[in-house]
Amino acid sequence: MKVASRNFAETATSALEDAQLQKALGVIQDGFVAKRAEARAALPEFDALKAEGKAIKEHALAHLDHYLERFEAEVSASGGQVHWARDGAEAGAIVARIAKEAGARRIIKGKSMVTEEAHLNQSLAAAGLEAVETDLGDYIMQLRDEPPSHLIMPALHLVRGEIAETFREHHAEFAPDRPLAERQALIKEARKVLRQRFLSADLGITGANFLVAETGTVVLVTNEGNGDLTTILPKTHIVVTGIEKVVPTLEDATTLIRLLARSATGQEISAYTSFFTGPKRANEPDGPEAFHVVLLDNGRSDLVASEFHEMMRCIRCGACLNHCPVYAAVGGHAYGSVYSGPMGAVLTPGFAGIDQARPLPEASTACGRCAEVCPVGIPIPDLMRHWRMRAFDDGLGPWPIRFGLKAWAAMSRRPWLYRMGTALAARLPRLLSKGGWITRLPGPFGGWTAHRDMAAPAGRTFQAQWRVREGRR
Amino acid sequence: MADRPVVALFVTCLVDVMRPRIGFAAAKLLEEAGYDVVVPAQGCCGQPNYNGGDAEGTRALARRVIATFLPYDHVVAPSGSCAATVKRHYPGLFEMGSDDRRRAEELAAKTHELIGFLHDVAGMREVSGKCTGVAAYHDSCSGLRELGLKGQPRALLGAVDGLELRELPDAHICCGFGGTFAIKYPDVSNKIVSDKTASIAATGADMLVAGDLGCLLNMEGKLHRQGRTVKAYHTAEVLAGMAGDDGAKP
Repeated sequence: MKVASRNFAETATSALEDAQLQKALGVIQDGFVAKRAEARAALPEFDALKAEGKAIKEHALAHLDHYLERFEAEVSASGGQVHWARDGAEAGAIVARIAKEAGARRIIKGKSMVTEEAHLNQSLAAAGLEAVETDLGDYIMQLRDEPPSHLIMPALHLVRGEIAETFREHHAEFAPDRPLAERQALIKEARKVLRQRFLSADLGITGANFLVAETGTVVLVTNEGNGDLTTILPKTHIVVTGIEKVVPTLEDATTLIRLLARSATGQEISAYTSFFTGPKRANEPDGPEAFHVVLLDNGRSDLVASEFHEMMRCIRCGACLNHCPVYAAVGGHAYGSVYSGPMGAVLTPGFAGIDQARPLPEASTACGRCAEVCPVGIPIPDLMRHWRMRAFDDGLGPWPIRFGLKAWAAMSRRPWLYRMGTALAARLPRLLSKGGWITRLPGPFGGWTAHRDMAAPAGRTFQAQWRVREGRR
Repeated sequence: MADRPVVALFVTCLVDVMRPRIGFAAAKLLEEAGYDVVVPAQGCCGQPNYNGGDAEGTRALARRVIATFLPYDHVVAPSGSCAATVKRHYPGLFEMGSDDRRRAEELAAKTHELIGFLHDVAGMREVSGKCTGVAAYHDSCSGLRELGLKGQPRALLGAVDGLELRELPDAHICCGFGGTFAIKYPDVSNKIVSDKTASIAATGADMLVAGDLGCLLNMEGKLHRQGRTVKAYHTAEVLAGMAGDDGAKP
């Protein structure tokens, strides 16, 4: 997976200076956080459901090979075909081959983060094929040639005016002075454009939220209905998804769906929750004639076997993004990866290598809200810390900080040295203070005083003062 | 006089260096609650190394802390994040079944954050301190999410004579400190703390109270830079009557 995550500090700063973006990010609190809280409060058994969801995913991952084989067998039995892709390039080659064999020329796509991860559109373009995104957010991203900035709201970083501008630029078939200020006007226009694409498409690509091993069923959750049109209208349906999506039973999938919608958007269930099993049967009026599932590994089996295995439970609800103070401050693009926010800070180094993404697991205050809202109980801050440990062991990261940590450990375990060091630390900064406050600190501490003051220390450490007090007793 | 149980005060580096008064406030409260307080010569719990990815350095510091504090009945720290490091994270640093692991678990079991200890273990419900003012309380993340501190500080602050407690709407949202985060990603940290100080100011409180000095230094530093007059205190200072105009000398 290609990422641009090494300069997070700089990209984050640019994001903070982008007034439009800051305005757009305002939607998170009312749009996601408040709605999830309501949905959670309305379901007293939420915690029990969460425990159940976690157990389902743990079990499925512990027996991943078994359930994947079962899934493949059931897909075959229902007339479909499973393909295995080691990485994104392989997934792209498989999809391109199926498209060429089917003689497909007009490809449409439903929302899928895995195809973003696999850079599928680029692979298809290289093979001379063009796929049109049909999820409204993804469609806007495609017109703007931008990656999505949120797991479930790809265009979260845009305000309405920016989307209107994009439409005026790309939809030359409409009157230039048409009104596009209202949300409904934008939706209507996109619908008009996309309707033609749906009707003429001969191949549809979607992702999947869950794969059901016992029936070979693909479960897809959307709110726009575009996913269903993408699968029903064209002659061929290709599902591209990750191997970790498999669960044993339909019952298991429904448990997770209850958690997913509430955690993602605060809905009890999303507007469209569809179950696809194989191609159209002889007696069915519609559906694809050919049904393929491309299962992507791309580092997942390594992660399942590592200290990061709990991350593979992730059901991509986006709750950790919505509740993260860092994500809420800078948005998704600053992370330089299709997976942003807390879950992205764990997944991105897993898929692209820690050397490519070192700042992401570091750019967290470890406030723990992500773990608190995760519907499948992933201890995200702990997993970020595991990446920090890998980075430290690999000698990555700025040397002053590495040196500083080692010096601190060396000093703090020798009481006499610690006493000397802290005595200096309690005294020296006072030389910089005026009226009890320090407004400028040197070196790496300059980051602190760039934005805030520092109250001057007391002059003598607590331990030194306590020793005097005890001596007097 | 019967022997009183002994609490070893784990004062934490920040309190030790930056604001010793919090340590004295903690000692005063513990003594009032019926404990003898001792302060063994001590260093850091290792949290900076732990969060910085230095597992080996963390283990070395943890062994040192374990050796220092294991002999005492209770270990109490005026910080949710340092207490949580010992209580929630020390055991996992060592191999299952090892002697280090057993000792880490033993220390974890008797380590507490100060306010939680006073309320839940010592059963404190009334406080001697007086404090005139309007206070907004911020839940520091580690204390709230790793140790479940929420009702205890509010109950005890509510018992302070003269103090009006105003609920901060986003009290449970991070202040943007995050240890070295604040200096590694100063601009992001600034955005988060600016939202926080705006919300503190909106309450009309003249005091900000929290249970972790790191968070307090961050928020008070921003408040001061913005020219706001809100003063920041550790919960212990308020409970011990060492905050505000009623407060004793530093």
